[in-house]
Amino acid sequence: MADDKKSGGMSQLTEQVQASQAWSSIFRPGSIFRKGYSDSPRNRSYVIMNSVLYHLHPVKVKRHAVKVSYTLCLGGLSFFLFIHLTVTGIFLMFFYRPTAAQAWNDIQTLQTAVGFGLIVRNMHRWAAHLMVLSVFLHMARVFYHGAYKPPREFNWVIGVMLLQFTLLLSFTGYLLPWDQLALWAVTVGTNMMGFTPVFGEQVRFVLLGGVEIGTDTLLRWYTLHVLMLPFVLVIFLAIHFWRVRKDGGISGPL
Amino acid sequence: MTEIPEHLRKRAEAAKAKAQAAAGGDTPTGDAPSADAPAGTAPAGDEKIPSHLLDRGTAAADMPAPPAGAPAAPAGGSGPDGHNQRLLTVVKSGSIQDTRATPVDKVHVWPHLLVAEFLSALVITLFLLLFSIFVNAPLLELADFNKTPNPSKAPWYFLGLQELLTMFHPMVAGVTIPGIGLFLLIMAPYIDKNPSKRPEDRKFAISLMTIHLMFWSVLVMIGSFFRGPGFNFVFPWNAGLFFEL
Repeated sequence: MADDKKSGGMSQLTEQVQASQAWSSIFRPGSIFRKGYSDSPRNRSYVIMNSVLYHLHPVKVKRHAVKVSYTLCLGGLSFFLFIHLTVTGIFLMFFYRPTAAQAWNDIQTLQTAVGFGLIVRNMHRWAAHLMVLSVFLHMARVFYHGAYKPPREFNWVIGVMLLQFTLLLSFTGYLLPWDQLALWAVTVGTNMMGFTPVFGEQVRFVLLGGVEIGTDTLLRWYTLHVLMLPFVLVIFLAIHFWRVRKDGGISGPL
Repeated sequence: MTEIPEHLRKRAEAAKAKAQAAAGGDTPTGDAPSADAPAGTAPAGDEKIPSHLLDRGTAAADMPAPPAGAPAAPAGGSGPDGHNQRLLTVVKSGSIQDTRATPVDKVHVWPHLLVAEFLSALVITLFLLLFSIFVNAPLLELADFNKTPNPSKAPWYFLGLQELLTMFHPMVAGVTIPGIGLFLLIMAPYIDKNPSKRPEDRKFAISLMTIHLMFWSVLVMIGSFFRGPGFNFVFPWNAGLFFEL
């Protein structure tokens, strides 16, 4: 009974919304949707087929693939956090100069004198930590579902690469505020890389742009952080998504 | 019209010559086999046809005429004693004829998947926004090479490595162990050949992965919360937190 009432109220609301002027101004023929939009299987297919979304999604997916309890949305969430980080990162780039003399002051100014500066930087930082976490959890989810088994073996390999790029992106961003936390966290991190066999010294030199961390390191890591690593990551992402579809959508239920 | 490639023509001629030799050499080529030379006897010397199939072919050839009611054989003598027909193999019906796709329960991406994706994007944005309103990202004082903070910690996801550094030689802790771990992780699909995806069939793989994940998680936890000044082991409830995100 209660359910009946609820769905009745829901359909009443739907009718009201669809009868409103705002609705018809969007969905009537000749408006934003040139041919109008009515809910039919044909139109549902066209929404995907006639849009850029067709690059990402097929028209139909297996029913279990839309269950949030199966994927926990972790892969999609990682991708969304990446987009989020790109958007907030571009905002931050307007106010930041990667030199030892200016970097810290720029961040300080961004937080105190730029509208929304503080909150956008906060969001960038927390989204970065969250992305590391969600990529890691996504990997665990895929493993426990055995979703790396044939024909998805190679997509797992790409996924592990993506995890590493995520870590590198986060790590290169860590230095940019040029505060005590950044400097010494990166000192500890790059000292570890110095122990790479045979080429240890060279690896460290290339990463730091010198024998110790300085303004050259900052420029180098900034370029890696805002340009090179995202570029490489996007390429791997494209292959990752393409393979998901080519390998028959996400893996089936256990 | 089409020209037959040289090598194919040669091969055909060689085969023809061989068949003639096997049949005694005096049978003219291209002639229909006569009734008194039943199938199976002519190419008896051909080793390529398994003997049991050959026997079956012979048996078919020796069978009496088809029962009345069967479609009449066209003139020219087709049937068991007219043609050289042998059963070479039996193709089971399921293997090539059953092309019917098994039905899969599918739903439209719009609205079912896109709405779910949109909602989860909305939820995570809301979460980030609220979290960012209440918790500020750290910005300590300006970097100073002469002032080493105590303890100096790497970002949290590298704290497992830093933790290993306290136990092993840097070469082992910083390169060998994570290198092997990463290599095994990448190779997982090629090492794990078990085709089943059911948890009860892959207890070993699941326990191994759980141990691996736990190993790093515990190390990261210890490095994050249980390491104080001088990277010595402390309890956070006694000595406080030495951890910045």
